[in-house]
Amino acid sequence: MRPRATGSIRPSAFITREKGLQPAGFQASRQPQSMMGICMSMDWKRYEPQEFFDELVTANGNPRAPARRLISYLGSLSDEEIETRRQMAEATIQEMGISFTVYTEEGNIDRAWPFDIVPRTISARQWSTTAAGLKQRLKALNMFIDDLYHDQNVIKDGIIPEHIITESKNFRPECVGISPPYGAWAHICGTDLVRAEDGEFYVLEDNLRVPSGVSYMLENRGITKRVLPELFENDRILPVDDYCSNLFDTLVSLSPRKIKKPVVVVLTPGIFNSAYFEHAFLAQQMGVELVEGSDLVVSDDDCVFMRTISGLERVDVIYRRIDDLFLDPEVFRKDSVLGVPGLMRAWQNGNVALANAPGAGVADDKVVYAYVPEIIRYYLNEEPIIKNVETFLCEDPEQRAYVLANLDKLVVKPANESGGYGMLVGPHSTKKDQATFAKLIKENPRNYIAQPTLKLSTAPTIVEKGALEPRHLDLRPFILQGKDMYVTTGGLTRVAMRKGSLVVNSSQGGGSKDTWIVETGEA
Amino acid sequence: MLSTVAERLYWMARYLERVENTARLVSVYDKLLFDVPNEITIGWYNLVILNSATDLFEDRYKNQDERNVVKFLLADDTNPSSMLSAIKMVRENIRTSRDVVPAETWEQINELYLFARDNIQQGINRSRRHEFLSDIIKSCQTLSGLLYGTMSHDAGWQFMKMGRDLERADMTTRLLDAGAFALIEVNGDANVNLRQIVWGNVLRSASAYMSYRRTVKAAVSGPEVANFMLTDPHFPRAVYFCLLQIDVAAGKLPKSENVRKVLKEIDTGVFQIEDDRDLGQDFRDFLNDLQVQLGKLHDSIYQTWFPVP
Repeated sequence: MRPRATGSIRPSAFITREKGLQPAGFQASRQPQSMMGICMSMDWKRYEPQEFFDELVTANGNPRAPARRLISYLGSLSDEEIETRRQMAEATIQEMGISFTVYTEEGNIDRAWPFDIVPRTISARQWSTTAAGLKQRLKALNMFIDDLYHDQNVIKDGIIPEHIITESKNFRPECVGISPPYGAWAHICGTDLVRAEDGEFYVLEDNLRVPSGVSYMLENRGITKRVLPELFENDRILPVDDYCSNLFDTLVSLSPRKIKKPVVVVLTPGIFNSAYFEHAFLAQQMGVELVEGSDLVVSDDDCVFMRTISGLERVDVIYRRIDDLFLDPEVFRKDSVLGVPGLMRAWQNGNVALANAPGAGVADDKVVYAYVPEIIRYYLNEEPIIKNVETFLCEDPEQRAYVLANLDKLVVKPANESGGYGMLVGPHSTKKDQATFAKLIKENPRNYIAQPTLKLSTAPTIVEKGALEPRHLDLRPFILQGKDMYVTTGGLTRVAMRKGSLVVNSSQGGGSKDTWIVETGEA
Repeated sequence: MLSTVAERLYWMARYLERVENTARLVSVYDKLLFDVPNEITIGWYNLVILNSATDLFEDRYKNQDERNVVKFLLADDTNPSSMLSAIKMVRENIRTSRDVVPAETWEQINELYLFARDNIQQGINRSRRHEFLSDIIKSCQTLSGLLYGTMSHDAGWQFMKMGRDLERADMTTRLLDAGAFALIEVNGDANVNLRQIVWGNVLRSASAYMSYRRTVKAAVSGPEVANFMLTDPHFPRAVYFCLLQIDVAAGKLPKSENVRKVLKEIDTGVFQIEDDRDLGQDFRDFLNDLQVQLGKLHDSIYQTWFPVP
């Protein structure tokens, strides 16, 4: 007898998300309004936003306009009801298999997406200004990147110093002279916004390489609709679900072949990558193939093909979720098995579009960040609509001296890291941490920037049964630029789940909330 | 369709079929052993032989008793074909082809996996085994039904169909072999009654009893059962039927010439079976040849459509 055939994917060593138990006895019945005050448990009167700007509640404890209906509704639910909804959200997350991977020294762990059911609200009026500011910013950044890889007028005109480019880890000489369609290099941008005490949004950073999180934004809405369906009947909450079709249109607009149905693919580093869930989600939503490097091949005449059951099929646009340095072992890291040999020459010859374009990361350097307001003025001749957070460049001797003298008050960030790794949060650090950073800064000042510790805004978050406490949060909207521009309605709200913590990254114990842009009908 | 995705769907279907078959097999064997007269020894170990897993089994266990065999077939994670291993493989293949299968498939396989994992002890202990296994079978059928009813019957579907039918055909040859082997083991001791019990259970393990009665319109006998299970063109677990289905599926795919050529070379009716004496060692050799041919078919599917390693 022949041994039984086995094959394809071997069970992996790491654990993936699994479906959990259904919460018992969930009843969608609504508490009658008259019950308010009797079984009112979420005691909004006891909720204190402290000295921070709170997204839902004003300093004197009244609900803000976009949160009015939400708060009165939540206030009408009993402790048990809220707890049931919370459990329901948890079960939904497990059922939908929403997970992310945390890299630790002990190995990679897949965790369920931590989610708080109390949404964060923003008025539609404020959002429309913010969205305009985000478009303005990305437009200028793309002009800046395009300029850097061509004439470098921005340097010649003395707007930014030359060494910022020559010493940048993300400037790619291979990209010089290339002209992607519409002058757009960063087609998908995730910009992190924070709200300060004054209630205004500030840009914390721009992610122009492979920003992630948009699938969580979409899934958060899905969860909230299941858990708090009543609110969607009465409130004017703007929908978020047009992102994927806009992403698809943006990608299609980049196709070098002007054909009716260009072939678009999502390129993932593979099934064990922390964001694989998102890559599969986006491919599925757009109805395009999800490929790995080994599925693609570049021909001698510099065109990209994918290996299909009918043979090789030409690929026009690649939404790549692989870092520049792993894209093409012929050009970048020789040991990369994630990439596709020859991909860069195909792109350089204009036979395939890569989104984002290689080299776009040059503008998400945190040192370049400090110059973005100037960049906007220079290219667009406009004042920036959204402000930057005050930033100290450690390469400047004067600013460095200030940073070194105030390490206990500032947040220090490496110029080229993301995901909240390698940061110093001054007020929460030890003397030893500060000494380590002082040394790092002196050794490589160009690699560090510092910012004042922001009084990040807060929102009410369920910390235990029936108890709400303020937790700090930020917001990552996603901006698209191809033939047209697009901004998500709101974005991904990330919450620092630990009391007092300012670190919202999911890799560092952060959670998230659904983000509501609400039409309030107020001028 | 990407070659890698085609390969995952093919395996997903094969493993899903294997899960269901394994559950069915253990469940039926339980009943068979109740019916066999006490003086005859047909052991549980036959199931290990049937799955060509004797070496693997010997590495792990000393006693060839019911508990060890059932544990090995259902729960053992060192056995890549155990029911639980196969469920994990279905799940992993679905996880990595979620962009082409209906979204509910992922939830459904998670449910099946958690249920199997958390209740596997019920399958090992005899008292609730039947209930447990029939829940597993139902869950597999839910998944199949979900795919059938909501997935586009495009190229991906054809790959799933080929995977499923190849696995089925393979399993049927193993079931027939188990029957023949059990009767050879009792060394001509087999009276008519015992033969009927054994072949009746071969039919039941393939859920073929009713179809057999309706089609053959005769009592259960070895030669009729063997012919039915090998050559019937209508019963979904008959080898010939499976091969017809694979041919239909392959015909809807590009570049299928070679696969269809290999298919044409397989003749399930070539071995003449007239009475019980024809079901001896020669019959087992024929079944073995058939498995080799199915293996070649699998290879040609690989060479034609799947990625070069």
